[in-house]
Amino acid sequence: MPFQKREFPNRFAELSREDQHGLLKTMVRIRTFESRVEELFLNRKVPGFVHLYIGEEAIATGVMANLRKSDWITSTHRGHGHAIAKGAQTDRMMAELYGKKTGYCKGKGGSMHIADFTIGMLGANGVVGGGFNIAVGAGISAMIKKTDQVAVSFFGDGASNRGTFHEALNLASIWKLPVIFINENNQFASTTPTSYATSVARISDRAKGYGMEGYTIDGNNVVEVYNAAAELIRGTRKGDGPVLLECITYRIKGHYVGDPERYRSKKEVQKQVIENDPITRFIDYLKERKLIDDKEVEKIRREASSEIAASEKFAEDSPYPEPEEACNDLFSFSPSEFPEVAL
Amino acid sequence: MRTITFSQATLEAMQEEMRHDPTVFVYGEDIVRQGGIFGQFKGLPEEFGDRIRDVPISETAIIGAALGAALTGTRPVADMHFADFISVAFDEIVNQIAKNRYMFGGQVNIPLVIRAPDGISKQAAAQHSQSVEGWVQNVPGLIVVAPSSAATAKGLLKSSIRQNDPVLFFEHKLLYPQKGPVPEGEYLTPLGKAEVRKPGKDVTIVTYSIMVQKSEEVAVELEREGISVEIIDLLTLKPFDAKTVIESVKKTHRCVVVHEGVVTGGFGAEIASRVQEEAFHYLDAPVLRVGAKNFPIPFSPILENYVAANQEDIKCAIRKVLHREG
Repeated sequence: MPFQKREFPNRFAELSREDQHGLLKTMVRIRTFESRVEELFLNRKVPGFVHLYIGEEAIATGVMANLRKSDWITSTHRGHGHAIAKGAQTDRMMAELYGKKTGYCKGKGGSMHIADFTIGMLGANGVVGGGFNIAVGAGISAMIKKTDQVAVSFFGDGASNRGTFHEALNLASIWKLPVIFINENNQFASTTPTSYATSVARISDRAKGYGMEGYTIDGNNVVEVYNAAAELIRGTRKGDGPVLLECITYRIKGHYVGDPERYRSKKEVQKQVIENDPITRFIDYLKERKLIDDKEVEKIRREASSEIAASEKFAEDSPYPEPEEACNDLFSFSPSEFPEVAL
Repeated sequence: MRTITFSQATLEAMQEEMRHDPTVFVYGEDIVRQGGIFGQFKGLPEEFGDRIRDVPISETAIIGAALGAALTGTRPVADMHFADFISVAFDEIVNQIAKNRYMFGGQVNIPLVIRAPDGISKQAAAQHSQSVEGWVQNVPGLIVVAPSSAATAKGLLKSSIRQNDPVLFFEHKLLYPQKGPVPEGEYLTPLGKAEVRKPGKDVTIVTYSIMVQKSEEVAVELEREGISVEIIDLLTLKPFDAKTVIESVKKTHRCVVVHEGVVTGGFGAEIASRVQEEAFHYLDAPVLRVGAKNFPIPFSPILENYVAANQEDIKCAIRKVLHREG
């Protein structure tokens, strides 16, 4: 496939064994959270819609390991993985999915609107392509306040067909804003294959149109994601301007939990599960290099399971909001302070 | 008191707020090189450098990025060139800006101002002449402001920039060159408070923006016929000062709502509803609405005048609610 190839320095190799395991921990925590959410949704514990990040964990993990707490991200409708990797608490996330008062958004947002402003997670977004310009705005904040913060905008293959993509990348480019556009090409926009809906072979090809660098990598190889993100984020942080990184992945689950998936064969999915699971691949990579043993892997899995079980219990035990709490949080002032005005 | 133009008044508001707070910045199309279509940004680049910027023709990016900036600790003012173009950034306004604070459970404030020059002016035709407050009145989470004079423009713009919530600030294009008395020094005009422009006892006109002065002209004429008109200038449309409106109607027993935008689904419908809900038993006549006929604004002056609401329409409505027709 014709796309810009670039060898990124192997920064992963420079990580301590603990930090290398940290990447696996994050991936396993995301997988465990998502797998449990799927069950809870099917058991009708979680209302609404749920879009799972299963199979795409390497991208959020590899990118976020290169960000600081003060850096910003914008996420998508498939945002649980981004939130966890950026440092969100799984108990408050789970409570939000339940619609409980202790959730990140006090039950007002749900799966598609989880945000945590204390860690720079500027929100999942129910509108495909809604995050690009929010990330650009965060980049403008860094410019106005003269900080070295960066903003990362995660987006799917479908979002790159939105007009917001064009306006955001153009503006980020002409102002050389500290924004990194991370494409998660999971091969499907809902039911529509990327190859059908996209005018170019590679989404990274579109970077040329904005005078920025664009690269395509294997998004299911967390080492590759980590190394590419390390290099690109470093450059953007020191003022090189925005970049576009396309990470090829595969959405193992349906678009949403309950998707009948008539647009692809079970065989195709099964092949991906067997050959291209980012967690299996990473464990194999570490084992081959004797960087991890079975006991350590088992421990990571066990810890993730108990964390997610505790998150579930927290959500179960938490109260629902009072109905009238629906009237809070619209404005910085409370409408009840101004009974004489009509909102 | 000194008199300055509406345009200068908004410029002073920008200067003062940008001096106060280094996180206030402004960007929009043609505001640096041109100084704004009405000169309302002239001089800002010299004083504030990079904090005022021209942007490409990318309304979606302008408004979407304003949100991103507001969420991350700055106070953007985005200029929309023409209010008509907010349609291009409608998702950003109604799905993102209006909802972010709420759907994130109040985690964050969204201090941003969208300045939007609106209204009929110089035969600009259907896509450059609209008053679009009706589009957004149905969206919870936005504050909507419409000054009527130089003095209110300055005080309201300053208050809007200091507000920790998103504000849509509609400025009628014909008001920019108009001069009016503006106090020296700094002052704030509170959001959410209407002003009684002229006290009267026979009928209440509820209006805003350029239609305030048109209503005032009508009031002077009708005064000669012995009709006493009270004029309420809403200034803030969302949330609007229902208390001042209802109190006035309880006194005059008659109400006409006047705005430049189209009548159907316009902001006047909301006010009329509110008045009948809260003051039905005080009313001696149905609440009437005056606004543009339900057509796009046409180009040719003869057609434009026909579609637009004018002083004659206001007069007719007042006579009608007073049962003094022809």
